[in-house]
Amino acid sequence: MSQGISHRSYVSYIDKSREYYAASGYERPYRWAHFEDVPFARLAKPLSQCRVGVVTTADLGPSTAPRSTKLYTVPNAEGGRLFTEKSWDREATHTDDPETYLPLARLAEHAAAGHIGALNPRFYGVPTDYSQRLTLEHDAPQVEAWMREDGVDIALLVPL
Amino acid sequence: MSLVARHLEAAGIPTVIVGSARDIVEECGVPRFLFVDFPLGNPCGKPWDAAMQYKIVGGALELLERAWLPRTTVQRPETWAQGEADERWRERFMWVGDDNREALARAGEARRRAQASRQQGNEAAE
Repeated sequence: MSQGISHRSYVSYIDKSREYYAASGYERPYRWAHFEDVPFARLAKPLSQCRVGVVTTADLGPSTAPRSTKLYTVPNAEGGRLFTEKSWDREATHTDDPETYLPLARLAEHAAAGHIGALNPRFYGVPTDYSQRLTLEHDAPQVEAWMREDGVDIALLVPL
Repeated sequence: MSLVARHLEAAGIPTVIVGSARDIVEECGVPRFLFVDFPLGNPCGKPWDAAMQYKIVGGALELLERAWLPRTTVQRPETWAQGEADERWRERFMWVGDDNREALARAGEARRRAQASRQQGNEAAE
């Protein structure tokens, strides 16, 4: 029989970070993105014919670099040398295995098995930014443009 | 990242997010979300466990193909903890309690002072 719970079982990062930063003396809580409407597009062809593009929040350089250098696209072979310093759980785990957040080898295996048409030869980086305006007005349209250039049909996005 | 997914989807490129911060992604609102209930850092599976990673990525592809309406969340069955002690990752992350409240306040104060003096330095340089 179920033992029941008094709180939701999964972590609320919105609650946790608000309380953490309040305790650190930051008075105004971060305003997380929140929308009523959600867009939806159907696959235009079978998955087995689709080219997959991958988007990560991991960075090419340390977080102290200026913002103009943040957004990037590089060949998949460079996926092993990313910086992952932002807000993951250092006590519980590590990011020494890139496949845990940038699964290029696993996707290549799915491509070899015929589950997808192809893995795009380069991936896209949108390092975490606190400015939702910059993400919406600058980063997202650029990623779309790169994907169109590459003929990407579907996108797999992995926030760290 | 959810904002990027929304943009791509509106532009006609179907998307799936694989992540572990369920509330952040769902509050933003995305077309398809594969929820992996792990500590932040390894949404695509445990380190060096290629078989698990392959299954999770396969689950994301399946969700891409099979979801028929937006805000579809699917939770993966994999669990992080091997025993009760491991379960404590949930409470330990960004912990605030009587044992660290003063230290957090002091660290926050020091960070704000450092930021303010950096800003002053920049203004002086301009």
